[in-house]
Amino acid sequence: MAKKKKKELNLRQKKYQELVKKTEPKPSILKNVILAFVFGGTICIIGQFFTDFYAKVMNITPELARNPATVTMIFIGALLTGIGVFDNIAKYAGAGLAVPVTGFANSIVSSALEFKHEGLVHGVGSKMFMLAGSVITFGVVTAFFIGLYYALFIL
Amino acid sequence: MELQLYIKAFIVGGLICAGCQLVLDFTKLTPGHVLSGLTVIGGILGGLGIYDSLIEFAGAGASIPISSFGNALVKGAIMEAERHGAIGVLTGMFELTSTGITAAIVFGFLVSVIFKPKG
Repeated sequence: MAKKKKKELNLRQKKYQELVKKTEPKPSILKNVILAFVFGGTICIIGQFFTDFYAKVMNITPELARNPATVTMIFIGALLTGIGVFDNIAKYAGAGLAVPVTGFANSIVSSALEFKHEGLVHGVGSKMFMLAGSVITFGVVTAFFIGLYYALFIL
Repeated sequence: MELQLYIKAFIVGGLICAGCQLVLDFTKLTPGHVLSGLTVIGGILGGLGIYDSLIEFAGAGASIPISSFGNALVKGAIMEAERHGAIGVLTGMFELTSTGITAAIVFGFLVSVIFKPKG
């Protein structure tokens, strides 16, 4: 009798847990994705604004203006990390702040700051690329093989 | 026309970020994995010539996400390869990305020298 009750309870618990699993993470994932979309999109709008701004002020093509615009976004990302604001925004924005080039700047500054106590050479200088290094490595390896394939078989 | 480009930048940039957030939430991959993967994807799309059309379409919506870094690496390598053959892959690799990398190193260094780590 007691055993049966226990089983029933287990079944009920299982069902409850399934229900929790089904209902609980969904709103937070949806919220995360929407926030990432809005923040990421907004950062790209800011980047577009700087692109247009530099194109007008420096009288260059939008294609060339993308360089100073990228530099500006890197500067903003680095500065926000330095004053400690970046992480507070990243809590909500998630990938929306990490995927644009601001996240690249953030990864460099945050690892440099984290190891600053080890000195300028062994801390800041060498640990700077602790996180950003993988992006550069995989990007360069990919580009090397694509470029080589292009040079050998297509040209 | 200009407003249209801003809307396109918002939507394309937002979609790239939302897609990465989905991968982060549904898999156990870390941001490092996702960003590296996105750079590789950008590189492959660059090699196929698709990424440049995306930048033309969405402006900063495609040029600000890190996938544009992979695209620029590939583009630099291919551009130099067209001029100097296979050796151009090595010499041209950082031709287009040097702006971003230099800026990131210089600003990163200055900021981490000036500011103190939190906590």
